[in-house]
Amino acid sequence: MTENNAKDGAYNYAYLDEQTKRMIRRAILKAVAVPGYQVPFGGREMPLPYGWGTGGIQVTAAIIGRDDTLKVIDQGADDTTNAVSIRRFFANVAEVATTTRTEEATVIQTRHRVPETPLGEGQILVFQVPIPEPLRMLEPRETETRTLHALSEYGVMQVSLYESIARHGRISKGYNYPVMVNGRYIMSPSPIPKFDNPKLDRSPALQLYGAGREKRIYAVPPYTPVKSLDFDDHPFEIETWQQCCELCGSKDSFLDEMIVDDDGKRLFVCSDTDYCERRRTPAEAAE
Amino acid sequence: MTMQPVLKVAGLTKSFVVHAHGDLALPVLRDVALAVSPGECLALVGPSGAGKSTLLRSLYGNYRADTGSIRVHHDNAWTELVGAEPRTVLDVRRRTMGFVSQFLRVIPRVATVDVVAEPLLRLGADPAQARDHAEFLLALLNIPQRLWQLPPATFSGGEQQRVNIARSLIVDYPVLLLDEPTASLDAGNRDRVVELIGQRRDAGSALVGIFHDTACASFWPIECSRFPHE
Amino acid sequence: MKPLLSAPLLSVRGLGKRFGARVACQDVYFDLWPGEVLGIVGESGSGKTTLLNCLAGRLAPETGSVTYDSAAYGPVDVHELSEARRRLLSRTEWGFVNQDAREGLRMGVSAGANIGERLMAVGARHYGDIRRTASDWLDRVEIERDRLDDRPTTYSGGMRQRLQIARNLVSRPRLVFMDEPTGGLDVSVQARILDLLRSLVGSLHLSAVLVTHDLGVARLLTHRLMVMQGGAVVEDGLTDQVLDDPQHAYTQMLVASILPV
Repeated sequence: MTENNAKDGAYNYAYLDEQTKRMIRRAILKAVAVPGYQVPFGGREMPLPYGWGTGGIQVTAAIIGRDDTLKVIDQGADDTTNAVSIRRFFANVAEVATTTRTEEATVIQTRHRVPETPLGEGQILVFQVPIPEPLRMLEPRETETRTLHALSEYGVMQVSLYESIARHGRISKGYNYPVMVNGRYIMSPSPIPKFDNPKLDRSPALQLYGAGREKRIYAVPPYTPVKSLDFDDHPFEIETWQQCCELCGSKDSFLDEMIVDDDGKRLFVCSDTDYCERRRTPAEAAE
Repeated sequence: MTMQPVLKVAGLTKSFVVHAHGDLALPVLRDVALAVSPGECLALVGPSGAGKSTLLRSLYGNYRADTGSIRVHHDNAWTELVGAEPRTVLDVRRRTMGFVSQFLRVIPRVATVDVVAEPLLRLGADPAQARDHAEFLLALLNIPQRLWQLPPATFSGGEQQRVNIARSLIVDYPVLLLDEPTASLDAGNRDRVVELIGQRRDAGSALVGIFHDTACASFWPIECSRFPHE
Repeated sequence: MKPLLSAPLLSVRGLGKRFGARVACQDVYFDLWPGEVLGIVGESGSGKTTLLNCLAGRLAPETGSVTYDSAAYGPVDVHELSEARRRLLSRTEWGFVNQDAREGLRMGVSAGANIGERLMAVGARHYGDIRRTASDWLDRVEIERDRLDDRPTTYSGGMRQRLQIARNLVSRPRLVFMDEPTGGLDVSVQARILDLLRSLVGSLHLSAVLVTHDLGVARLLTHRLMVMQGGAVVEDGLTDQVLDDPQHAYTQMLVASILPV
């Protein structure tokens, strides 16, 4: 990426042309109007491969403005390659301020996590989605999955949870745990850990989901009920750890397990780097 | 006897048309009339090929009559069987009219006792009582107890025939059609069957039957009907 | 048990369907009454499967109507119903047993999940209850309960067919459509399934429409027969009457073609 693309006029503001952004915004509006419903959109080629967040970037590009503050996380971390390059990309093409602090950001593009710090009104969380269709692994035909959604025929989703209990004694799905949005559409929350599912429920922030390869956008407007599917006798549960974060001592955040030496010594640390760092810097946290 | 008939046949005509042979028509029954009252046994007598079996099967709805009327007293009303809907015929068969033939059409894998109990179960009988009754009849007809739980497919001809008789007699049908019920039975078993059927008649069933020899027919204090009518 | 109920479960009037210039079925009229098992027989290509699919709402006919007396909605024209309602009917009040069990089962999930799907589709959310019901149904179709968590891919052809039957009957449908349910199975396996179907139809008071080219199957399972030739019904009546005293030339030919055992 060369410097000053937007500034020297080589690209339109925020990389996408205005027509494309309008088209994406229309899709977003429709998605917000019908929570959980997958809206097709004319996805564009982006300067990074599918699977690296092309859907999320297009959504972010369509909604971002110069007065926004952008945070980008990948698996909870602000400092991975993907997060860094997307952040730099928008700093260049959209001339926005960037931050790693959750509460400072107006737009947070994320892959595979929801920040630990509670989100507030006015914030927008943009998810990168690899496979938008929650029924895809159960029903390969797109025409049929659309019909199933249209008619709310969701027995097959419950079948997959049944199967999980039959095989593993519990619902073993740890990521991409299916949710029912507003009592109507079953939705893939993207591959966030199920630990994050409760944060989606009635969140004051706007959630936008972009799938680049499959060219789908869907959304959960603020304060929308989002219920994780389960059985009466096998209720939805989130992961817990016996350990606490090795770095900040947190007992209630999502922990990553790391193997730190050849003897298999294991270490648990917060997946959310911003959250962890803030806890370790008491002066700042006290501000 | 002054009882009202429970089965009335009038003008019954039946022919077979064999399409494979240039629509060859074989007239078998022509203008048959009969009436049977409770407690009566009507024996159909006549030479082989006279149409005795065809008449019996037509009465049961197994053969389709061309014209005429077969009326049976069913549910306190006369039910016409010629041209009746299948469900009407089936309902008459379930509750009013039984058929005893020589040949058991076996159902694969079903135990003999259940084969026998089935007609009673179809009427909504208690399964345990139906089985009890089936076992009683099987014992009466000399079917060894060790065979009761086996499907009758592998039984001897005489045993299958007696299983079939037990199955046909487990319901007290007001009308009973008998197609050579004692053919190929030994003397002892024949007597049992004759006795059983006689009991039915005495209890008020109306019987119409073909009996395989006149000697056997002499067992029955019955009214014989020359057949075909001359 | 009231033997003669007042309204037919299924009323078919003037049903017709063509594929291009070819007539698949035409002018089909019949009433199916509660508790009746109707057999549709004829050679391959006689239109019986097309007719079955039109009856079950899987194929839209060009002419005529199919009226079903629904427990939930009363009499409804199957082809005028919204797709949502038709699909709901077909997984609550109806069953459909395919010839190929692989088409009627989810091969990738366990037997228990296959049986439980209809229950979950209408809102069952208690894993233990669903599992118990599924296990009971395995028992009813004579599959060992310890196969509950096995996938149908590990089942024999006959077991798959029995599993498909359990999967359909678990929701206690009133009407079951069957397309050659024993086709392609060994004779000994067929006998077991026929016997099973026969007893389930009786004990659950099911009504059924059964398509078969096997007159032996028809005799064993059905009360009534419709004989189809070239898309038209050429004869119908009581099963034993049609088979023992066939009237139409085509039926006579069919009956005469059975190999004696």
